[in-house]
Amino acid sequence: MTIVDTAPRTPSAQEQAPAARTEIPVRREAVGERRDLRSVPLDDAFNVVGAVAAGIAVATLLFGWLTPMTGFIGWLVISFIAFLGIYAVLSSLRADRLTVSERIMTALFYSAGAILLGALVFVLGYTVVRGVPALINPNFFVETMKLAGPLEPLSVGGIAHAIVGTLIQISIALVITIPLGITTAVFLNEVGGRFARFVRTISDAMTALPSIVAGLFIYAAIVTLVTHQRSGFAAALAISVMMLPIIIRASDVVLRLVPNNLREASYALGTTRWRTVWHVVLPTSRSGLVTAVILGTARGIGETSPVLLTSGVTAEMNLNPFSGPMISLPLQVFDFVKSPEPNMVARGFGAAATLVLLVLALFLIARLIGGRGPGQLSDRQRRAVAGASARDLRRIEDAGARRVRALPSASPSTEPTHPIEENPS
Amino acid sequence: MTTDSVTEVIPASPTPRPRSLVSRPVQADRVFRAVCYAAGGITVAIMLAVGVFLSGRAGEALARSGPAFLWTQAWSPEGGDGQFGIAAVLFGTVTIAFIALSIALPLSLATALLISEVVPGRIRSTLISLVDLMAAVPSVVFGLWGVFFLQANVIPVSQWISTYFAWIPLFAVTDPSGARVTDAGAFTSSAFIAGIVVSLMIVPTQTSVMREAFSQAPLGEREGALALGSTRWGMIRTVVLPFGRGGIIGGTMLALGRALGETIAVVMIISPIFTINWQVLKTGTNSVSALIALRYGEASQFGLSALMAAGLVLFIITLIVNFTASTIVARSRSGAESN
Repeated sequence: MTIVDTAPRTPSAQEQAPAARTEIPVRREAVGERRDLRSVPLDDAFNVVGAVAAGIAVATLLFGWLTPMTGFIGWLVISFIAFLGIYAVLSSLRADRLTVSERIMTALFYSAGAILLGALVFVLGYTVVRGVPALINPNFFVETMKLAGPLEPLSVGGIAHAIVGTLIQISIALVITIPLGITTAVFLNEVGGRFARFVRTISDAMTALPSIVAGLFIYAAIVTLVTHQRSGFAAALAISVMMLPIIIRASDVVLRLVPNNLREASYALGTTRWRTVWHVVLPTSRSGLVTAVILGTARGIGETSPVLLTSGVTAEMNLNPFSGPMISLPLQVFDFVKSPEPNMVARGFGAAATLVLLVLALFLIARLIGGRGPGQLSDRQRRAVAGASARDLRRIEDAGARRVRALPSASPSTEPTHPIEENPS
Repeated sequence: MTTDSVTEVIPASPTPRPRSLVSRPVQADRVFRAVCYAAGGITVAIMLAVGVFLSGRAGEALARSGPAFLWTQAWSPEGGDGQFGIAAVLFGTVTIAFIALSIALPLSLATALLISEVVPGRIRSTLISLVDLMAAVPSVVFGLWGVFFLQANVIPVSQWISTYFAWIPLFAVTDPSGARVTDAGAFTSSAFIAGIVVSLMIVPTQTSVMREAFSQAPLGEREGALALGSTRWGMIRTVVLPFGRGGIIGGTMLALGRALGETIAVVMIISPIFTINWQVLKTGTNSVSALIALRYGEASQFGLSALMAAGLVLFIITLIVNFTASTIVARSRSGAESN
């Protein structure tokens, strides 16, 4: 090795002592430049800009003049490949091989994220933009399709019946899934045991249940055997089968985050399990549970295939979930776009845009409420908690003062202490 | 036995028994436990009921068709020659799922690495919410986009692939006599287009499982790699990817499970056929869920039983895939806790 200082081992050097057995090799530029992991150097920023411009130029040249290639997607692909190649060449002018591969991979990661977000924004935006012609008619939200044929203009007919149907079905589904789902999640976390592990495995498996199979199950079990007709209630049951595992899983994750020392503090005060769950575990994870339920709702609202088999299609308003078909928004979209008429397709996009806006609203609410771990409070909640604990302190002090006045001689240990009442929250 | 007024000696019992540490729950706790067990029991019962019902109702059709159900391609349980089987639909399901996976895997892997390794904290949580939002977009909306926008824009790409890669049998597009077809009409409603749309729907699942696995890669090894002079990509390649391998495989299989069961978007895009079509760019494919969605309406009692049999097969396949996936994810989680 050239790095190690190979001094001639003369006897005089050996005589010098055993103390000189470790030698620090003389550095000869063995350590490279310090690697910069965080910041983007200026020349790299210029490289990116230049490579993007060059990539677009190459693709445009190829598509417009040099070769007979056509199509927007092909243009995008070619410009991206050209960008990668040019970026690699530009980077290699100033940097070593490792840095070049690092930059190329980072560019790939960012482009994957951009593709994904672009697709999301584009899918949602496309739906809303195509839905605008239907959405700008106010009758779209208040009328039903009872009197509107496929050829009627967009100023006649609407999706009020589908909106109402969706709301009724999702309400029934929530009435079923919230208590059942959260109790099951509590069971998984607070009771435990072998059966709980089994339940967790089963509910995990249920998340993979194909939605059409859930619909088929309800169709076979409820529609053909019990009710003998399609109804909103059957659709709500099918949605519940789909939502239940989502809510169980999300609540399970949230409950697992509750710090154990809160539970132990509660048990140490002598409370029962039930009171610990009700007064400590559930309030601590309240925001997370609400988020779990809202996300489950957003998923449930968009389910089409289970509803397709169970709810039936109608053009009329039906407020009774137990009799007669009751259509919901996603099914209405599916039904509209089956028609070749442009106005029906426009109505389909309008209904889809309504659905998308509904899901977006639910999602925003979930983010505003949740996105916060258990025990992390907003400013207002923190003030409320501080106020409650100040009141508790005052009450305890008053009670103590009264007791001292009543029994000046008794020592505190002989006095049977009253359990401190729960915080009236 | 000596007794004085102060101490009393209690004779030792011949066999001292260990004190029982089991506490007896109070009444309220017993009710609480009962309610919890009941909720868990109902959840399990629903799942079991799905399986039991499907197998029960599928029995009639399976008894008539026998094992030929697995390799018959036609589907006419009511009229015609009464032949029915899931070979063609199952083949279509698997084709669509694998096309979706081959697009979704690189996309979600890179996105998961972007979220967990590259971007700083604030942008990270925004990206995570957006991926979650993507998971909540209804499938009918993806289907609409696929039919009304993507189809027209993907056909030139399909044509290009089939022109230059026709020597790979998968990408050739031929008519029954074997001649090459190039007009746009032969490329609509193909498994390829359905696969692209399904890939967008499974990427969120895959990304979030992978991201969680990556973020659990141990800090010590990461810092070790960086201290040895590695670049960030070098650190990812040598530390994050090996530790997250379970998450990558598990997340991909979970996504596969979802892709197999996807219904409405597929129904809207494909044009159903009942023959095995190897040419993924060519019009016509099918899937089990699309079969059920399209045929349940006019099905007789026996036709419904046949559909149940198809649903049962789909159910069993997704169960197997999902169980394998969660086992792999769970195992990778326990292994990643070194330091």
